[in-house]
Amino acid sequence: MHFRGLTRWRPLEVVFWLCTLLPFVLTPSYLSLASQIAITALFALSLDLILGYAGIVSLGHAAFFGFGAYTAGLIAKHYWTEPLSALLIAGLSAGILGYALSHIVVRFRHLALIMLTMGFGLLLAEAANSAHAITGGADGLQGFRVPGVLGFRFDMFGRTAYAFALAVLFLCFLICRRIIHSPFGLALRGIRENATRMPAIGAPSQAHLRKAYTIAAVMAGLAGAVLTQTTSTVSLETLSFGRSADVLVILILGGAGRLYGGILGAVIYMVARDQFSGVSPQYWYFWIGLVLVAVVMFLPNGILGGLNAFYKKAQ
Amino acid sequence: MKKLVLATAVLAAASAAQAQQTVKIGMPLTLSGQFADAANQMLNGVKTYMKMHGDTVAGKKIEIITKDVGGPAPDVAKRLSQELVVRDGVDILAGYVLTPNAMAAGDVSAEAKKFMVVMNAATSVVITKSPYMIRTSVTLPQVMETFGTWAATKGGLKQVYTMVTDYGPGIDAEGAFQSAFKAAGGNVVGSVRFPVANPDFSAFVQRAKDVSPQSIFIFIPGGAQPAALGKAMAERGIDKNITRVLGSGETTAEAALKSMGDNALGIITAWHYDYMSKAPLNVQFVNAYHQVAGGRNPDFFSIGGYDGMHAIYEALKKTRGNTDAQALVDAAKGLRWESPRGPMMIDPETRDVVQNVYLRKVEKVNGELVNVPFDMVPMVKDPAGERRKQGKK
Amino acid sequence: MLSSAAGVLFDGFAYGMLLFLLSVGLSVTLGMMNFVNLAHCSFAMVGAYATMTLVGNWGWPFLATLPVAFIDAAVVALILERIFFRRLYRASDLDQCLLTIGIVFISIAAYAWFYTTEQQSVRIPDWLQGSWHAGALAFAHYRVFLIVFGLAITALLIFGIERTRWGAQVRAAVDNQRMARGLGIDVDRAFMFTFALGGGLAGLGGALSIQMVGLDPTFALTYLVYVLIVVAIGGLGSIGGSFVAAIVLGISDMAGKYYFPWLGAFLIYLVMVGLLMWRPLGLFGKR
Repeated sequence: MHFRGLTRWRPLEVVFWLCTLLPFVLTPSYLSLASQIAITALFALSLDLILGYAGIVSLGHAAFFGFGAYTAGLIAKHYWTEPLSALLIAGLSAGILGYALSHIVVRFRHLALIMLTMGFGLLLAEAANSAHAITGGADGLQGFRVPGVLGFRFDMFGRTAYAFALAVLFLCFLICRRIIHSPFGLALRGIRENATRMPAIGAPSQAHLRKAYTIAAVMAGLAGAVLTQTTSTVSLETLSFGRSADVLVILILGGAGRLYGGILGAVIYMVARDQFSGVSPQYWYFWIGLVLVAVVMFLPNGILGGLNAFYKKAQ
Repeated sequence: MKKLVLATAVLAAASAAQAQQTVKIGMPLTLSGQFADAANQMLNGVKTYMKMHGDTVAGKKIEIITKDVGGPAPDVAKRLSQELVVRDGVDILAGYVLTPNAMAAGDVSAEAKKFMVVMNAATSVVITKSPYMIRTSVTLPQVMETFGTWAATKGGLKQVYTMVTDYGPGIDAEGAFQSAFKAAGGNVVGSVRFPVANPDFSAFVQRAKDVSPQSIFIFIPGGAQPAALGKAMAERGIDKNITRVLGSGETTAEAALKSMGDNALGIITAWHYDYMSKAPLNVQFVNAYHQVAGGRNPDFFSIGGYDGMHAIYEALKKTRGNTDAQALVDAAKGLRWESPRGPMMIDPETRDVVQNVYLRKVEKVNGELVNVPFDMVPMVKDPAGERRKQGKK
Repeated sequence: MLSSAAGVLFDGFAYGMLLFLLSVGLSVTLGMMNFVNLAHCSFAMVGAYATMTLVGNWGWPFLATLPVAFIDAAVVALILERIFFRRLYRASDLDQCLLTIGIVFISIAAYAWFYTTEQQSVRIPDWLQGSWHAGALAFAHYRVFLIVFGLAITALLIFGIERTRWGAQVRAAVDNQRMARGLGIDVDRAFMFTFALGGGLAGLGGALSIQMVGLDPTFALTYLVYVLIVVAIGGLGSIGGSFVAAIVLGISDMAGKYYFPWLGAFLIYLVMVGLLMWRPLGLFGKR
């Protein structure tokens, strides 16, 4: 079977990734925001792996994000402040957690699955709050500082932060892309379309799902770790239900199952939120709500889905 | 063509001069979400001060730029504080309702060398995050240790059962109160912590009742919970004549009193501000506040904002409009003034707030429920800050 | 100790009744129309603010405001259903989530604008305040009221579903939409009224909860988690399921906090996770 056709880079994709370098020149005072968008984009991409491609709707994905974040923070506080090694450890440990939970998660579907993932997320958040001797509780983890990466300082202007976050995002994106276009990825999509048929043609679905879930957990953990390292802060918010819900909204907004949906959703949602809250800091969520309603009514299946339908119609 | 160039040059120069004539204050606040009310009240306090004292100081116009942090999100608070400095060019950072946000912003204040005024965040260690930071609100040890000492001495209480919410401020308050109470000779007979999102207190109140302590100490965040707890205590039949109920100021805040009704009578609280105080400065403040906040009454978030602005104005007057962080913080150290809450001062060594702690009891005055002050501990310094000083020496 | 257990049981039961009222509407609409309505607690907020305004600003007696809270919320639910929701019955779950979350955001901002973020309360009549003391037991009047009222509503609902023509139509539509349409049942109308009823009940629950848990614009999100837990445990489309789930949750939450306070918030999530792993479709779920 030839997959090479699918893996060839389309010109639009190349343009997109080149554009991600623009903020360095065009909007240098927005680089901190850009780094947090990149982090959220990675987080949304990891959710897309399980939701868009494997059909696992998770309302507790922040568990892995926060787990990675706290791991990176604790390493920086108690051991060493070199970020790359800590990043890898954080990603791996989130992956281990994901692997453990995946055994339970993949056995369920529909509402039970959603509520179970939410439940695990809430339990982990509560545990982090209770273990405040380790995590700092509601005040967040204090007393650590990640000065920089590879000799570049994480400064106030966010240049290094954005470069770092973007690099991690791009690497993970490449990995995702490879996975999606591999036989494993096709099997995932098959499972999403029709879970009962797949075992009949020899693809063991639960093992596939566990693998996908674990990889998604690793990536979410990496995103969380990058956040910790670029801001030198970690708080319970990284594990919160709010963050899980936000990333779900972002992914749906961008369009799930389309590889770029999470990234697009992150860019649009966070830029919109930033602009709206600048204009109306007390009521910005009114405008965001309006945007969400408008997108659903006019662009079904998210922005990418809607654009895709529009493009098809136009042909 | 020449005229156009000239006109543009003049405009540019004028706006640059205009910019130099403005002092920009950046305030990242939790304007949406669970803590929105606190942020709104603080902002109203700031606006009230500017309404009463004008918006010009030392020949410069004061401009407030607000941003929404959304909740306890130190990464966002840090980024917004950075953006306020880098993008909006603010001279001063102020506000900060929550501790994690204030802590993260402290880093920015230290790195960018900007004067920072914490108008609420009450955890003691916040003040150590930047040498350019002052605080005009309150610290938990300041009130809770004072309360603990008072309870075991003048309060005549030998036993206490503590009930606090299981999060940062709650645990700090529990630690502060218990240590001071025990140090003054009291005995802590038991304790319990509520989960943060706890709508129903019956079970916890029943546990307290089972122990039949001489007194109960409560610390819960504002919002809906104080009233719910008060009602639960009434429902379970806690008799305040037998079991004294001690609480932080938020337990008997305006909304809580309104909701609890007569169930609140007899609750003793220790706090630094009550809007019902008849001190002439406070009456003036409350009246002005009504106009700014659409008839609402101020609370301790408001006074934190109000006094924060006062500190900024006075510091600017001293530096004659110079916004250099070191100049401003030096001007603010040792600043003393009479606030609507009473006398207060910025400690010259720790840069933290020093103020009176009032002991109050809920009583019915002219048919209304009021926190009536009956005792006071004057000019209390933050004990945790003092201990840090000793530790260093 | 027995009296403490009785007290905990009683309080938990009352709390459960509140959860039931807030959740039953969502269970029915989710089970019947497969429509994920995360804005359900916004309906509760509509009812709550209606009651608060009538009592606080217009001096109405508390009980008289309850029907208004119901109608208010039902009307809002109806309007939203007609304009937005019905276009998305065939859309994906995710799109429904996005739409309803957007509506939640809008509702929170709208109420913050009109009422500010201030904590609200209601004046309940004197006879609803206080408690009955029987020896060491204490029964709060308001909680007794909640239990009685909740049971009455449950009875009405079950009677309505089991005994009336409308109820039969709803049951038919839930079991098999196509067949029901084929039999000439106006399924759209049945949906519409059920949605309105569900919303109205949420509004009623919201109004009744002010006295227990307070009110501010973030209500729409704060209680969504609890409502989802009740619906998931109870089973979609089952009134009895919601009832049992709400009671179980209310009592176990209360009992957990009394007997194992260090478990705190863990308990309600552990119970949910445990029950769902045992019965993924909920206690009384169909399908």
